[in-house]
Amino acid sequence: MATVRIPSPLRRYTNGQSKVQAQGGTINELIQNLEAQYPGIQSKLLDENGNIKRYVNVFLNDEEIRTLQGGDTPVSDRDEVSIIPAMAGGR
Amino acid sequence: MSYITSDQLIARLRREIPEIDVHQLHDLLQKNPDLVLVDVRETDEWAQGRIEGSLHITRGFLELQIETYVPDRDRPVALLCAGGVRSLLAARDLQQMGYRRVVSVAGGFSAWKNAGYPFSTPRMLSEDQRHRYSRHTIMPEVGEEGQLKLLDARVLLIGAGGLGSPAAIYLAAAGVGTIGIVDFDVVDTSNLQRQIIHRLEDVDTPKVESAARAIAQLNPDVKVVGHQTQITSQNAFDIISQYDIVINGSDNFPTRYLVNDACVLLGKPLVDGSIFRFEGQVTVYDTSRGGPCYRCLYPDPPPPGEVPSCAEGGVLGVLPGVIGSLQAAEAIKLILGKGDPLVGRLLLYDALDAEFRTLKVPKNHNCPVCGDHPTVTELIDYQQFCGIPHPEASGNGAHQPAFS
Ligand SMILES: [Zn+2]
Repeated sequence: MATVRIPSPLRRYTNGQSKVQAQGGTINELIQNLEAQYPGIQSKLLDENGNIKRYVNVFLNDEEIRTLQGGDTPVSDRDEVSIIPAMAGGR
Repeated sequence: MSYITSDQLIARLRREIPEIDVHQLHDLLQKNPDLVLVDVRETDEWAQGRIEGSLHITRGFLELQIETYVPDRDRPVALLCAGGVRSLLAARDLQQMGYRRVVSVAGGFSAWKNAGYPFSTPRMLSEDQRHRYSRHTIMPEVGEEGQLKLLDARVLLIGAGGLGSPAAIYLAAAGVGTIGIVDFDVVDTSNLQRQIIHRLEDVDTPKVESAARAIAQLNPDVKVVGHQTQITSQNAFDIISQYDIVINGSDNFPTRYLVNDACVLLGKPLVDGSIFRFEGQVTVYDTSRGGPCYRCLYPDPPPPGEVPSCAEGGVLGVLPGVIGSLQAAEAIKLILGKGDPLVGRLLLYDALDAEFRTLKVPKNHNCPVCGDHPTVTELIDYQQFCGIPHPEASGNGAHQPAFS
């Protein structure tokens, strides 16, 4: 199982946890597995066509997955996946 | 007890230490980029004139500091003083430290000047400044030259709030000579939990004024330029073009896209930071260095209401202290031209996990503003871009916040 870093705005879906484990051979499968464990989270990550939203970035370790194979990027058990949404807060 | 006079000592050193004259020095400076010319005169002498490119270490500090600047004992070193005597003594000491290729410049700076070779009169820190910034100037990465760069620098802060407060305080303390602040808002007691530049007595005062007062009390070297307005597509170029570096402390998406686009179009580095609850992000967008921009990372804004603001979701008071200070550090590095800026890297901080991580931010060659074929070539309507109704239309125009 890969480790997934959950950003603050989405922690309400993961009972406040900042790190969760999820299963899947690719990023897409991993997101499906996240949804199975934490219903509702997928709608925050994917648009209606099943693509990652353009104001959300998903990183496999330190690489943005659009520079890899997007949702088809392979994930292994030792990988760490980070979800980084746009944050505007500054004040 | 036997002794020698200073004349005898100097005569002996003249036999032992290789000397070059100023014409040879002039020649070597053109031909040998490896040569380090060290001027060992006192600071007040050096202030009267110096050879361009020389390294100034006073005779008293020479042995203590030379290794920091010239670690390689095989590097050729020429020593210069006013008349060529102190440089002989200095050369003897460097030889003792193992510097093998040391020469003394016969006749020193006076001979150089008399031969008609060029010299410059360096701008100097005042006595007060030398004392105030001594912890900076003692570091070779800053030095007096770096401190002068800081004093000449012009940095713009977008917002004097959570991120802008610590950034402004540290930039002012560091002696950044001109700090611009764009903020239209007034201080509220709910700001004081984190906006550390403001005080209880500043409540209801414009933040620009309150911040200017705090900075004046901290460092009179700093000139504060207040822009008590909302940054818009109409004024962004006018304001930003007056500065070298922009620090983003805004708290809404339209302003973030606006400031990004304006910085890309003007070729200004943007030190970006954002905060939410216990988490912060910092990066430097600098497309003039070939780095990515905000739109490379986030091509589209989230729909209004999708991503909660700090006002809605809260923020740990100290969090902007960490992130705003990191922004100040990045800005100072850019000014000094030292270190590895956070260009193309996103630094994440999570206070709950007590962890810092860095992710790579790729440049998007299809980016609408900094890509190979940009479609955004002027500032647009960012409220509309972010799907936010116009303030006029929503009927609360006067209080539509820029950084709410
Ligand atoms: Zn871009």
